[in-house]
Amino acid sequence: MTNGTTIYAPATGFGRAAVSVIRISGPASGPILRSLTGTLPAPRRLSLRTLKTSDGDVLDEALIAWMPGPGTFTGEDMAELHLHGGLAVRAAVLRALATIPDCRHAEPGAFTRRAFLNGRMDLTEAEGIADLIDAETEAQRRQALRQLDGALGRQVADWRARLIDLLAGVEAALDFSDEGDVDETALDAALMQEATALRDEIARALADDRRGERLRDGFTVVLAGPPNAGKSTLLNALSRRDAAIVSETPGTTRDVIEIRCDLGGLPVILVDTAGLREATDAIEAEGIRRTQARVAQADLVLLLAAPGEPGDDRAVETSPGIPVIRILTKQDVVSASPGPGDRHALPISAHTGLGLDSLLNLIEAQATAACGVGDALVTRVRHREGLTRCREHLDRLLRGSALPELAAEDLRLAVRALGEVAGHVGVEEMLDRLFSGFCIGK
Amino acid sequence: MLHTPDSYDVIVVGGGHAGVEAAAAAARIGARTALVTHQAATIGAMSCNPAIGGLGKGHLVREVDALDGLMGRAADAAGIQFRLLNRRKGPAVRGPRTQADRKLYARAMQAALAETANLRVIEGEVADLVVTNGRVAGAILADGTTLHAAAIVLTTGTFLRGLIHIGETQIPAGRVGEGPSVGLARTLDQHGFALGRLKTGTPARLDGRTIAWSGLEMQSADDEPVPFSTLTERITTPQIQCGITRTTQAVHDLIRANLHRSPMYSGGIASRGPRYCPSIEDKVVRFGDREGHQIFLEPEGLDDPTVYPNGISTALPECVQRAVIALIPGLERATILRPGYAIEYDYVDPRELDATLQAKRLPGLFLAGQINGTTGYEEAAGQGLVAGINAARLAGGSALSAFDRAESYLGVMIDDLVTHGVSEPYRMFTSRSEYRLSLRVDNADERLTPRGAALGCVGRHRAAHFAASQEALDAARFKVEALSLTPSQARAVGLDLNQDGIRRSAFQLLSYPDITWERLAAIWPELKAVSPRVAERLCTDATYAVYLDRQRADIAAFRRDEGVSLPIRLDYAAIPGLSNEMRAKLETVRPGTLGQAARIEGVTPAALTLLAAHARRADRRDAAHGH
Repeated sequence: MTNGTTIYAPATGFGRAAVSVIRISGPASGPILRSLTGTLPAPRRLSLRTLKTSDGDVLDEALIAWMPGPGTFTGEDMAELHLHGGLAVRAAVLRALATIPDCRHAEPGAFTRRAFLNGRMDLTEAEGIADLIDAETEAQRRQALRQLDGALGRQVADWRARLIDLLAGVEAALDFSDEGDVDETALDAALMQEATALRDEIARALADDRRGERLRDGFTVVLAGPPNAGKSTLLNALSRRDAAIVSETPGTTRDVIEIRCDLGGLPVILVDTAGLREATDAIEAEGIRRTQARVAQADLVLLLAAPGEPGDDRAVETSPGIPVIRILTKQDVVSASPGPGDRHALPISAHTGLGLDSLLNLIEAQATAACGVGDALVTRVRHREGLTRCREHLDRLLRGSALPELAAEDLRLAVRALGEVAGHVGVEEMLDRLFSGFCIGK
Repeated sequence: MLHTPDSYDVIVVGGGHAGVEAAAAAARIGARTALVTHQAATIGAMSCNPAIGGLGKGHLVREVDALDGLMGRAADAAGIQFRLLNRRKGPAVRGPRTQADRKLYARAMQAALAETANLRVIEGEVADLVVTNGRVAGAILADGTTLHAAAIVLTTGTFLRGLIHIGETQIPAGRVGEGPSVGLARTLDQHGFALGRLKTGTPARLDGRTIAWSGLEMQSADDEPVPFSTLTERITTPQIQCGITRTTQAVHDLIRANLHRSPMYSGGIASRGPRYCPSIEDKVVRFGDREGHQIFLEPEGLDDPTVYPNGISTALPECVQRAVIALIPGLERATILRPGYAIEYDYVDPRELDATLQAKRLPGLFLAGQINGTTGYEEAAGQGLVAGINAARLAGGSALSAFDRAESYLGVMIDDLVTHGVSEPYRMFTSRSEYRLSLRVDNADERLTPRGAALGCVGRHRAAHFAASQEALDAARFKVEALSLTPSQARAVGLDLNQDGIRRSAFQLLSYPDITWERLAAIWPELKAVSPRVAERLCTDATYAVYLDRQRADIAAFRRDEGVSLPIRLDYAAIPGLSNEMRAKLETVRPGTLGQAARIEGVTPAALTLLAAHARRADRRDAAHGH
């Protein structure tokens, strides 16, 4: 909704590039252009202008575009500033924008959100486009396209149609029981059989080990181990290999450093954690708590140990089911053979490159297995929740209630839960099925 | 207002099931009301089957009764075969129904109207409306008389350009023996109302004295008839039996051979009839032979030999009808008193109305009953009541009031009509209600009588009766919630519960399928004093408790969207971002609330978000201007 504020954000990636684009959307888009350039250019044309601050300082010579709403991506007035590449220029323009009242830096997805709220797209489209925009890798792009194309939508539509058929049978027995054409006992058996089949299908789709969401959010690899085990060194070494195409470095915090990269077409997030076992004060303790939390959410843990300082398993409490690769680092420094406890550890050297390609292959194999490219249906938490609720209602139906109106209620709720994933159920739709299937009317 | 003999607050046009409830409700609220009908003697006539109630419809009758309407009491006086349908299923889907003695029903209805203060019955035909400054201001009768009123309720049933079909014969008529209303249809046309055409039908009437009853399966009334009205203590009218027979292969063959003579198949009738009440021609064509189609032989009265053969409505030529009847087991020698027929009539697209049943394009005009595309006495009565209440409130300068989907079947029906329009005659089903477990026949009074009292349409007698029964219910409810025991105490009195140490109230215990009220009364003797009606009611609440809790949350969410109102004259073209398709859908219905907009077929979440934004902005503007 146009709540009066205007948003802006860089539309191109962070780093050196020939051109850097800043996008602006909202009622102040026009006034901003005017204050930066003195005039409003012809709409929907690129015009060369000098950008100046309100104090008259020249910011850049830039191509600018003025796109009055509502026929824009967001449905609002929009503007684009195509600046010369270079971080200093961009930073200066962003600083200038930040001083304008009712104008703020966009949060992630804010442009798409406005487009949706202004009726420029429906919810599924918006979600599909959102995924497309941040599809950093080929596999993600394919899945985003699949969602736009409606792979999940089609499957949900099929489940819904079958549930509505069941519901029509149950409702017929409730609303037309006085009319002699409805065989209630036959319905009961068929109902239970079909409801069981549906419940199982939905449960199978849900039991995909969150492959779709993982593909969307990235396969998370956590580097853990005691301080000085070589975690940061390994992270840097891995991110410099040709096989790992690093896409961005969004920043460091005190405790966690992330690198997003592309391994064999899959999005992989490498996470360095604060060293374990060094809680000397409260802040360190908090760092370790966060590390443990990150490890608990990991898809794969690389447990590092340096020679002479064997990794302590107790320090890393991985959840059951999360695979762990043990790594013995610094094999260029110490040539001594690993101790008995490290027999299964992979020896590597960040300096010589020893074992790094093997390690990347191992990570890629794990990621491929976990993401199961191609057959993941459920890519959104919202979808997973709807399907889970649907399965729960079917479970209750199958646990069996003596009263048919409660069976109908469970089915209605199951249909509604699916409707929340895609579209909604109309009573008329159910009645249509009902009337085409039964001869009703005295 | 100056009251001349020809000046009223509310004029109701039509004396059918919608008209009588509208007139009586308006008069109860205190409006000076005139009911204009062709013949006072046909007030309360049942033109089609002689029965009141049924699945879904029984709910409407109970709701009409809860608002102090007439239908329930008239049916209790005239009912000759009470049966509670779905008795073996749960209380939320049970439907009280009765066969009614036609004469007793009309007599009860006419007596009730005669007793109603502020109400005058005028015999005449309304030919036109008086419209002043874009508002309805009165009605002009065929004899030239002008009646003035602040509000008019049209309940013309099947009379608007009614056309009866019997085989190749066509007779302009509102129903058998009564002329159609052409003038009013023309008036509605002139004011730009969207009119459509629907069809319904009725079977031949038979002489019961010529039916061979002895060979037929018979169906009796319930041993203990359950009345419709909470004010009826006991049913005293004698109860009768109905006969049941079936069509045969020979009947189907004969119908197939003559299909080309039925106007539904010859092209004589193009308009749609109800799918749930198909003619026998439709049944044979669409569903084939099966083991024959069931026919209920329903006597129309205690001292009336007329029998209504329910299940074989038809528009075949009279001679074919005779031949068909003669092939049906038990009816071989039956005499036809009046042939069956199909009737086509104009209806007004109910999307012309808002949820108070007032016409959006002509303030002061209310429509109720079959004119809105519905079918059934109960649907008509419910609409009549709501239209009558609002017509009286409009005339009295009070705010109009709509019923919503979460409180009543009345609300479900009216919302369905004004949001979706109709493509076939609309009938109530329990499955139309998303809050079915909450909206039951047994709690209609608790749901609606206080609303009705606030609206002024509940009389003193019912108000006192309701207060007393509610007090008894509340006291018993308090008792079962206060009484409780631990699992070990339960074991000591012979109840086998999960030994989890959790204390359970008597109300919670009632939700166990094997724990009855009698069982609890044996543990806590003070429960013995509770009346069976109250005890049953609490058992029902307990059975559904888990689901009702969830429904309360759903209803709260529903009410949030219903609470966002949209102006009836909202300029959808001025909302940026709304596609032409969305705009067209919204302009057709002109929803009164955001919730109603969401229920319009095909309106997208994005469009709703825009509407919500717009409504919020409008609210902010209003707040800024100090409204």
